[in-house]
Amino acid sequence: MALPEKQPVQKKFIDPVAVKKSISQRLVVNNITKIIFLIGLLFGLVVLGILLSGVVRDGAAWLSLDFLQNAPSRRPDRAGIYPALMGSIFLMLLIIPMIFILGVGAAIYLEEYAKKGRMTSFIEVNISNLAGVPSIVFGLLGLTFFVRNMGFGSTLIAGALTLALMSLPVVIVSSQEAIRAVPQAMRHASLALGASKWQTTFKVVLPASLPGVITGIILAVSRAIGETAPLIMVGAAIFIARAPEGIFSEFTALPIQIYNWTSRPQADFQGLAAAGIIVLMVILLTMNSLAIWIRNRFSKRY
Amino acid sequence: MDTKLTTKPAKEGVKTMNQPVAARQSVYRVNDLNLWYGDDHALKDVNLDIKQNEVTAIIGPSGCGKSTFIKTLNRMVELVPIVRTNGVIEYHGRNIFDKDYEVEELRTSVGMVFQQPNPFPKSIYDNIAYGPRVHGVKNKKILDEIVERSLRGAAIWDEVKDRLNENAYGLSGGQQQRLCIARCLAIEPDVILMDEPTSALDPISTLKVEELVQELKKDYSIIIVTHNMQQAARVSDKTAFFLNGEVVEFDQTDRIFSNPSDKRTEDYISGRFG
Amino acid sequence: MNSSSNKSVRELIQQNRQQKFSMKNVMERFMPIVLFLCAFVSVVTTIGIILTLVLETRHFFEVVSIKEFFGSTNWYPLNSQPEYGIWPLVVGTLEITVIAMLVAVPIGLTSAIYLSEYASERARRVLKPILEVLAGVPTIVFGFFALTFVTPLLVKLIPGLAIYNALSPGIVVGIMIIPMIASISEDAMSSVPKKIRDGALALGSTRLEVALKVVVPAALSGIIASIVLGMSRAIGETMIVTIAGGSNPTALVNPLEPVQTMTAYIVQVALGDAGFGTIEYYSIYAVGTLLFVFTLLMNLLANWITRRFREEY
Repeated sequence: MALPEKQPVQKKFIDPVAVKKSISQRLVVNNITKIIFLIGLLFGLVVLGILLSGVVRDGAAWLSLDFLQNAPSRRPDRAGIYPALMGSIFLMLLIIPMIFILGVGAAIYLEEYAKKGRMTSFIEVNISNLAGVPSIVFGLLGLTFFVRNMGFGSTLIAGALTLALMSLPVVIVSSQEAIRAVPQAMRHASLALGASKWQTTFKVVLPASLPGVITGIILAVSRAIGETAPLIMVGAAIFIARAPEGIFSEFTALPIQIYNWTSRPQADFQGLAAAGIIVLMVILLTMNSLAIWIRNRFSKRY
Repeated sequence: MDTKLTTKPAKEGVKTMNQPVAARQSVYRVNDLNLWYGDDHALKDVNLDIKQNEVTAIIGPSGCGKSTFIKTLNRMVELVPIVRTNGVIEYHGRNIFDKDYEVEELRTSVGMVFQQPNPFPKSIYDNIAYGPRVHGVKNKKILDEIVERSLRGAAIWDEVKDRLNENAYGLSGGQQQRLCIARCLAIEPDVILMDEPTSALDPISTLKVEELVQELKKDYSIIIVTHNMQQAARVSDKTAFFLNGEVVEFDQTDRIFSNPSDKRTEDYISGRFG
Repeated sequence: MNSSSNKSVRELIQQNRQQKFSMKNVMERFMPIVLFLCAFVSVVTTIGIILTLVLETRHFFEVVSIKEFFGSTNWYPLNSQPEYGIWPLVVGTLEITVIAMLVAVPIGLTSAIYLSEYASERARRVLKPILEVLAGVPTIVFGFFALTFVTPLLVKLIPGLAIYNALSPGIVVGIMIIPMIASISEDAMSSVPKKIRDGALALGSTRLEVALKVVVPAALSGIIASIVLGMSRAIGETMIVTIAGGSNPTALVNPLEPVQTMTAYIVQVALGDAGFGTIEYYSIYAVGTLLFVFTLLMNLLANWITRRFREEY
């Protein structure tokens, strides 16, 4: 290090020569760390790549139309995923209206109607904490309340209600964000035309926030459909040969079926599990892309 | 059902329909209006008499309460939770602060145009039809007629008639503002409040809106807040000068600009502050 | 042509107002209540969870003493003389959590710094959705990945590694949490205003110096909150540890051996044939209560950190 020579007359605290020297060094450090940071980021992407390619490698051979149409079987070559696939689709169809009505209703209340106060902030803190409760605890709630107390048994409706309650906090928060993003000027325009509060909310605010709301709901549903633990708690059947016939019939779902195959030691069943994962991932990625598309298509409209 | 609309909007407010049409009737009579935002005394003993079919301009430096005042006239100011008012604003002889006066009713006959154009993210047609629909007009033919007439009234029909189903956000800022004026005309108000309607517009769009104001004056009473004194001089019949929440002077526009009676008005007009 | 309907819009509106008043008033009066009830569902859910856990756990403690539950280091629910000491499950859970955080914190934070400080707008638009996809991968898939890919890889690297062990699920739980830590931290860093960065850059700082000396300190509360939330997720994670961690409750810390976490125990009992009303059945509520308390404390802590240390720009 070239320290500045002590010159009592012209005292300079910053020596340009030293700075110039150190700059190149600092830039080297900067560039090296930049690469390290990039590697950190790429790690996640690489893992995702390995994961997906590994699953495809293991499972592609087992994918066929029969696989989608058959019931699970002890003989791997005959095993299929039909009841689980239908179970997951039924769950989805049940969950969507539940979380749409409850989630958007709650979000509208909190953003448009609630007065700032103890009750409102209590509800909001409660929602954010609920979002952090592990899914298996929701499973315990479902098992106790829906399966036993309400007497639904291990049925589709018990599973759907459990997953809906679990998804609700996420839906509320994302809907609140979408509603908050609607400019105040829209509400004023409507109110100034003599529209009532509810008319303004229902005819202006809700339609304007709908893309954001729907994006949030799709993401929440795709989360819910991939959940295993709560369904295990609710008692979704491990082995079931038929698609559910109504909301009160027993059911299984894709993650449960995948878990069942994964936990068997034979390699063939691992392949079936991988094939099941492919089906699940295709559904989830489609939903995610749809959500991202909606978000980009309708963003920045005001 | 074959319904035909009269093409001429009623000039009188519904409440005054049976009264003889005097030369210049009062639309608003403001008596000792005071308004507070929390502890901030924003309007102090405001007294004004606003006449029918006139353009009344409200001028004053920023923060003088002119915007607050115009928002009080259709009680939009009450959207701020900490607002308190006292005093009387009579709209066609009825105090708008009366308990049984519904804000929706007031706002249906008092239209408002905002600083920033604020169309809904809907089609042009739906923007105009929004007001009538909210108030229960469902007949498609009537709506079509209202939409056309309102857009013509706001001098924007020719520009948008071929794309009524396109999103209103495809329009330019000036067009959006005229669309907002048309939206407000669609419910056939009696008064139109304009809160700095041209502050976000370019000079040419501003000119169009000013011309429109002159046109609309035949059928409506207009109250316009502006920070632009030339605009006030160009478009208005009467001008009120606000300062620190008080009305310093209220008179014929020519008088205010040529021979103001108050020193402060003169200072403001001649650009010594504000 | 009906001459009586020959009227202006204003009259039409006036007429409608008078007619429709009652219906409109009903909506106006009714909807806020309906909407409030929707919002209240979340409160009811919380009450439901707490009631469920408390009431059922009470049955557990009618048989097992609190002293045994917190004092014993043996968890042998299936023995003829069952013992219910929670420590092995807690140790297993913490072991997984620590391993996961060792993976997730450095990688999550470097990703966040890169995204917020170095990446171009275009790169961000590509990279962020990929991270979102990683965040959307179901845990069952991660579990499969741990068992069929990570464990065999680790067995090759570490001879003598048990097939079921703490290391593999720990690493994979960490991978699962990366997107969460990255995105929350990145949000915190991105909300540091540009002018503060520009100020530092104008003094001749390098990007790295701006990132580490200006942005990270300013965004610290968000970063710490992201880590705490990540830990909470790790503690509550179920399927990865169930599939790849084994079912061996042990209070000894050895990541190369099988473990059992609190969540994995609950699943094991739910899949087993413990009858309703048995002490084993009620034990999952006791474990669930502890799990709930752990994660709740973590979440409250994260909330408190973000609120307490929020930067005002």
